This record gives sequence, structure tokens and C-alpha cells, in this order.
Amino acid sequence: MLPRTERVRASLAAVPPFLMTFLLAACSGDHPQTTFRPVTEFGAEINDLFAGIFWWTMLVLVVVESILLFVILRYRRRADQSPPKQTHGNTVAEILWTLGPALIVAFIAVPTMRMVFFTYREPAPDALVVDAIGHQWWWEFRYPQYDVVTANQFVLPVGREVHIRLSSADVLHNFWIPRIGGKRYNYPMPVDAEGPHAKQNALTFTISEPGVYPGQCAEFCGTSHAIMRKRLIAVSPEEFEAWVQRMRGGVPAAAMPAPAGAAELSPAGGAQAAAADPGAAAQVDAGSLEEQGRQIFLRSTCVACHTIAGTPARGAVGPNLTGFGSRWAVGAGARPNTLENVVAWITNPQQLKPGALMPGTQTPAPNGFPPTGLSPDEVRAVAAYLLSQK
Amino acid sequence: MATAERMVPFAARLSGRGGLWSWITTVDHKRIGILYGTTALFFLLVGGLEALLIRLQLAVPDNGLIGPELYNQLFTMHGTTMVFLVGMPIAVAFFNYVVPLQIGARDVAFPRLNALSYWIFLFGALFMNVSFLFGAAPNAGWFGYAPLTSEQYSPGLNIDFWVLGLQILGIASILGGVNFIATIINLRAPGMRLMRMPLFTWMAFVTSFIIITALPVLAVALFFLTFDRFWGTNFFVPTAGGDPMLWQHLFWIFGHPEVYILILPAFGIISDVLPSFTRKPLFGYSIMVYSGILIGFIGWGVWAHHMFATGLGPIADAFFAAATMIIAIPTGVKIFNWLATMWGGSLRFNTALLFCIALIAMFTIGGISGVHHASPPANLQQTDTYYVVAHFHYVLVGGLIMGIFAGFYYWFPKVTGRLLDERLGKWHFWLTVIGANLTFFPMHFAGLLGMPRRIFTYSSELNLGSLNMVISIGGFTMAVGTLIFIWNIVRSLRRGEVAGHNPWNAHTLEWATASPPPEYNFGTIPVVESREPMWDRPDEMVAQAQRVPERPVHMPSPSYWPIFTAFGVLLTFALFLTETWWTPLLGLAWTAVGVIRWAFEPVEH
Repeated sequence: MLPRTERVRASLAAVPPFLMTFLLAACSGDHPQTTFRPVTEFGAEINDLFAGIFWWTMLVLVVVESILLFVILRYRRRADQSPPKQTHGNTVAEILWTLGPALIVAFIAVPTMRMVFFTYREPAPDALVVDAIGHQWWWEFRYPQYDVVTANQFVLPVGREVHIRLSSADVLHNFWIPRIGGKRYNYPMPVDAEGPHAKQNALTFTISEPGVYPGQCAEFCGTSHAIMRKRLIAVSPEEFEAWVQRMRGGVPAAAMPAPAGAAELSPAGGAQAAAADPGAAAQVDAGSLEEQGRQIFLRSTCVACHTIAGTPARGAVGPNLTGFGSRWAVGAGARPNTLENVVAWITNPQQLKPGALMPGTQTPAPNGFPPTGLSPDEVRAVAAYLLSQK
Repeated sequence: MATAERMVPFAARLSGRGGLWSWITTVDHKRIGILYGTTALFFLLVGGLEALLIRLQLAVPDNGLIGPELYNQLFTMHGTTMVFLVGMPIAVAFFNYVVPLQIGARDVAFPRLNALSYWIFLFGALFMNVSFLFGAAPNAGWFGYAPLTSEQYSPGLNIDFWVLGLQILGIASILGGVNFIATIINLRAPGMRLMRMPLFTWMAFVTSFIIITALPVLAVALFFLTFDRFWGTNFFVPTAGGDPMLWQHLFWIFGHPEVYILILPAFGIISDVLPSFTRKPLFGYSIMVYSGILIGFIGWGVWAHHMFATGLGPIADAFFAAATMIIAIPTGVKIFNWLATMWGGSLRFNTALLFCIALIAMFTIGGISGVHHASPPANLQQTDTYYVVAHFHYVLVGGLIMGIFAGFYYWFPKVTGRLLDERLGKWHFWLTVIGANLTFFPMHFAGLLGMPRRIFTYSSELNLGSLNMVISIGGFTMAVGTLIFIWNIVRSLRRGEVAGHNPWNAHTLEWATASPPPEYNFGTIPVVESREPMWDRPDEMVAQAQRVPERPVHMPSPSYWPIFTAFGVLLTFALFLTETWWTPLLGLAWTAVGVIRWAFEPVEH
């Protein structure tokens, strides 16, 4: 038999003892990938459904743990005790505690079924279509209605329905931006696949708040799965149009605005966006470091894999680098997008992101693509050029 | 009485202090149970060490301590080890030791097959872990989703070790399952009707059926993958007309029943332990049996709830959501029946009972988060995050491991004749329960606040550093508890209090015979007349069970053909690594020699 203090401790163990502490810890501070503050109707519906389910199940939890606690406290064996009454069962009680949970299951199942169909709904005819293509270990975003392609960081308008079609260039990936709502798999099938085996998932939603919403791949996809991050920037429809124009390599319009929250999420990116001269974004002064970098970029093997709109670089294997300077990070989230980090990345990507399928200046890519052979000065110039691409 | 048996010459010769050779050739279910249990405990430490390394890496954001190559091997091997090298074999250890004693049998139905199962399991486990020496441990997660596991995306030896190792382990499990079904059907003592069997034996029975039906599905999936990797087929290659979803369906058709393979034995353990420490029979015995069978059946119809995010379509999602929610009902009934067993009882808070209480408290939490992701829309947010990691650790640590620990404290005196130390046991219990909750409870929050699973690092911008630090501290707390447990075993083996045949005043048949039991288990096979023979007629039961036989009891002879044959099985699969078509045939030939010699082994009298 235990002393009294141990009995009290035993009873405390029956309920998760850290519940309150963690509720406090969890609610404090800002969590950019929280599922609790959705910014779309898709995310909000999921959240509401989960809240309903959550409280029904909390009822079950409280009942079970309370009975357990009561039993522990009440039925401790005493020294002089004769054997307790030998009960083998009670049909009424057993029917009751079968029907009770069954009812609760029904309360959970009915709203679930309604929502299941909602998550598969067809998009409106004027919805913005975006293809999100997973690659080991970065994201490609194509806007077929606008002929725009970008990587890792993408821009969507608020107030317009968006239909994201998910595919993958290699293995399974899982598209997740928690504040948008649920995730679905990027099935490993080319984006334009047709025929009986073609399979593609999609997410349909309308964003209601401008902001910066980070996300990352959620299905394990190989070595650097953890550094397959992405960032969604939601802006007003006008700002979206301006962004599209710039990404098409057209006449530079208004500078990419930094929406609320951008600065605190990405100090480096935010500061640069503020410092950049909007009118000169895509233009490069002759003779400057950036112009040297442009020439080196275009004559090196970089163009075998990368595209920059408005230049002859048309490679389609690696991430599209149009507007690279406005991204929050290099290497799909490997490091903040500073000159030093970009230099380090071009010099030896493996150091920042093991397994990255890009060659360094002296090291081949894991898939055998030869080193670029750029000198440190050349690397610096290329990095400066890329960062000037807003 | 224990000494009385040791004086029986025949018994002493066989079950007495034997050397290594006697263990290698043993066909005694009790010794094989001890081998299984020791091996599983060893791998519990290995898997736990892998978990600690994972938690060291994740304790702080943007950590560079362990790179992704090693990290991915560690989490894959942690999952694979805990499921296949700890959870299943530790249950089989209890099946082996306890089931024949509970039903009044002298051994299992096929003693040499039992030895073969163990040796194949051991070789498979070693084969899987030898990969670390090559720096090529499996690294695609314990469910190895295609097409990441294809030769194209995983060209190294890593996945080869995984697919071949699992194939070897699956064979061991299937052989074991067949053996226990045959044993339970055929070898029950007179009067031991099915509905008089202890709940643990019942759950072993149900689990064995799930094993022999679910593991072959995994075997098929693994054969497909083996063909893809070694002979260039395209079962799972989408661009060649194959389908990665085929892998997911096959894996989870195996994988969800696997969850019940892991948890039902623990349910069985606490259903037998609770009556001993409450001094009340199990409440609603037949409902407990039927709900276990029902869980076994419905467990076959819920696999796609692991795949809601793959976009199966609304009809499939709705069907599998409904089936999954329905399985919560028989599970809930079990929990309420355990509570009712304790209600009005006379509770003795031994370590074994404490672990039962922890199981009820923690498994309930795991069951509830399970209902959360049974709803496909909610699942879209929760799947592949730490919310799911929290869920299945509450089920497997809170359910399986707590049940296993309860079983250890409960049956250790039967196996060794000595009690585990209660004071160390309390330390073990509190560190484990506090550590487990400290580890797994914050994971719920980490997941819902945006932490995906299987990431070797996370950005400090996610603001999840403090939660992860708490999780890591919890993990190390559990580790201390586990070390105390190991110390308790080592110490109690020599210095533990002598137990006697029924230290807990338990109700089932295994407590009638001596502790430890003689090789032949029972002097006379007792005649059973009720569900609680040791409560209803204890003196009669003990007298029959411990009667000293006048003539030597004929027991199966030791044999080295099981280990010989098991080595052939290992060879067959290991030689695939040579990438030549004919070398595995050498392994097959070795196996064939073993099987033939086994079949014609002379019977010693």
C-alpha cells in the first residue's frame, strides 16, 4: 500500500499533468504556421469542424479520466478488508456505455460527411488556377492563365477563388500552408499528364486577409525534406496584377509591396524590399557588379537549369529565378536571402542544404551535373545580379 | 516446492542450468519466450537510443548536430525497430511464455517451428541493423512510400536492407501466428472451453489471426518493391504505368491491422492483471472477448484513413471515416469495462496495477486524438504533423508499452521465481509516466502549430523551440526510467524476493504451477471447471499442477535444425545484396537442406 502523498500523485497522473502549462506556452507568441488562425473559408470550415469534434471528445475524456480518478481514490485496499463483491457484469450498464459513445460518434460523423464533400468542391469558372509542382526539394508555381512561373515564394490575390493543382516532378510531396487550410499530396505525375492513369489533387479556397503565410512540404520526400519550404504572399488584386506584369519580364510596375507581417517574418527580405529602388528592379546599369553578374550568369552553365524572364536563360530543371531578389530565402528556406548566403549557396549548395541537386563551383551535383567552375569574384557578381532581380 | 521439482532428474537435465548450446537448440516455449523478451528489450534500448538522438537534434531550432542523412536513417530505424523489433516480438515473448501455461499445455503445438520463428526473427533484426555498419541504414520512413523507395530515388543499399529485412521478419511472424492458433485450438486443458480462456490468451488468439492474414499483404508489397528494385519492374513507377498508391493501399491494408497486432496483446495483459489487483473478476468477460474480435475484424476496413490527404475522393473518404469512427465504440467499451472492473474493487497499488492505470489514462487520450483524425477534413490539417506523432505515441507508448510493463511486473515472478523490486518499480513507473506525457503531450501543440513530422530541423521563425525543448527533456526522463527498469531486472534476478507459485492471488491457470515452472509445465494437466480456476478451486489446481510425475514426462527433443534453417532464410534474402540472380539460390539450397533434415530428424525417447 502506498502512503497518502503517493496516492495523490497517482491520481494527478491520470490527467495530463502539463495541460495548463502547454496551453499557456502554446497560446503565447506568434506561430506563422499555426492551424488555429486560418485566412480562408476552407481553413475556417476545417477549424470549426475540428472544434465541434474536439469538445465532444473532451466530454468523453473528462468522463473516463474522472471515473478513473474516483476509482483510484475511493477503492484503495485497506488492511482489514474482506474480498469485494464479485460482479461479473451488468447488461444495462454495458448497453449504456455502448450507446453513449455510438451517439457521440454520430454527432461527429454527420458534420464530417458534409465537410468531406466541401473539400472536393469544383472551383468557380473564373478561379485563379495555379500549378504547384513539388521537386526534390523546392516548389515550382505556374500560373497557366498568366504565363508566369516562379519558385518557392508565390503571390496570390485576396478575395478571388484560387484553385491550386498539385503535382510532382519526382516523388510524393505534400502541399501544406497551414493558415490556408488542409494539405494534399502532390502525386508524382507530370502536371500535364493525360489518360486513364493521370491523377492530380487540388485545393480550392479564397483568401480573405493579405499577409505572408509560410508553409512546407509535409510528406517525407528524401534527404532535405525539412528544407522544402515555401511562402505565400497574399496581396490585393491590383498588387497581384502588378506582380504578374513584373514576373512576365514586362515594364516594371509598382514595387512589390511588403504586406503586413512581411518584415517581422523575414528581416532580410523586408529590409531589402524597402531599400530597393522600385523603378530599377529589372534593369541593370552597364559596368556595374550586377551587369557583370548578368553576363557571367548567361554565359555559364547556370542557364542549363534556370530561367529568368526577359533574358535568354530558359533552363527548366531548376527553380525559375525571375524576381529572385524579392524572395525571403535562398534554397527554398535554407538561409535568409542575403548576399553572403547567396554567395555561399552558389559556391557549395551541399553545405547549406545536403542533397541539393545543384552543382557548386568546384563540386558536382549529387546527380552528376558538373561543377560550374565560377571563381569567387564571379560568384559574388552573379549573387549581386540575382539579388537585383526583384 | 520449486526445489522439489529441481530434484526430478529428467526435468533438471532439460530445463536446468544449460549452457549456450542448450539455448541454441531449445524448443521449450518458456525459453523461447525468454529469448524473445530479452532480444526485444535489447532493441527497445536501441530504438530508444535512436529516439534520444532524434530529440537531441530537435531540441533547438536550426540545429546542425545531426545532418539529414543520419537523421533520416535514425527516424526510419526508430519506427521500424519499435514496431517490428520491439512491439511485435515482446508480445510474442508473452504469448510464448504465458499462453501454454494459461491453457494448461506442456508446450506449443509445433515446438521446433517456434524455435525457427525466433531465429528467423533474430537474424532479420540483426540484418536490418547491420546496415548501420555500412552507413546505409534504411532512410525512407517506416512505411517507405513509393516512389521514394525506387532505385531511381534511393539508389543506395539503404532500402535494400529495409525491404529484405522486413521480408525476413514477416516470415518469422507468420510462422509464429500459425503456431499459436494451432496451440490455442488444440492444446487446451480438459474443461478449458474457449469462453473460459483468460483474456490474454483470447487476445493472443485474435492477434495471431490478424498476423497470419495481414503479414502476407506486406509480403506481397515487399515482393513488388523487390522486383522493382532488383529486376526493373514498374509496380510503383507512375510514369511507366505503375501506381505509387498501390504501395500505400497494400502497406496500410497490412499497416492498420498491424496497429491492432500491437495493441490487442496489451489489452489482454491488463484484462488479466486488473482482476488480481482489484480482487474482482473481469467485468463483462464475454463483451471483452467479442469487442476484441470485433476490433480485429473492423481493423481490416479502416486502412485508408492513413491516406485521406492522398485525395481518394469523397465517397472513399466518407466510408473510411465512418468505419474508423465505428471502431472507437468497441474500444470505448473495453475502457469502460476496465473501469467497471476496478469499480467497487479492493485496489492494491503494485507497479503492475499502476501501469494498467497509466494505460487506461493514456490510451484514452490516444484514442481521442485518433477520432480527431478519423474526420477527413480535420485530418487534412493534422496528418503528417506532430499531432499524428503525438497520437500514435499515446497509443503505442501509452497503450502497448504501459501494458507490456504491467505484464513484466506481473509475470516476472512466474518466469524467474522472484519478484521485481517494488521501490525501483515505483521510480520506473513515475519517470516513465511523467516522461511520456512530457514528451508526447506537447507534440499535439507542435503539430497544430505547424510542425511537420520527419523533419531533421525546423526554422526558429516557427517559434516552436521551447515546446521542442520540453519534448526532448521528457524523452530523456523516460530514458532514465527505462534504465531503472533494466537495473531492476538485473538486480531482482539475483536478489528479488522469492515469489512462490501465486504471489498476486491471481485467478488464471499459470499461477497453479511452480515459479519458475518445470520444463513440462504441469505434473498433471489440471481439469478446469470455471473462468477463475485459481480462485474457485486453488488447492486442487495446485495439487494437480505441481504433482511430481512418477515417470519422466516426454517432451520434444532439442534440435539445431531450426537455427540451421533460419540461417538459410537469412542467406536467401541477404544474398540479394550481391545483385546476382544465382546467389540467393545458395540460400534456398541451404534452407532446403535444413527443412529436409528437420523432417527426418530422429525422435529421441
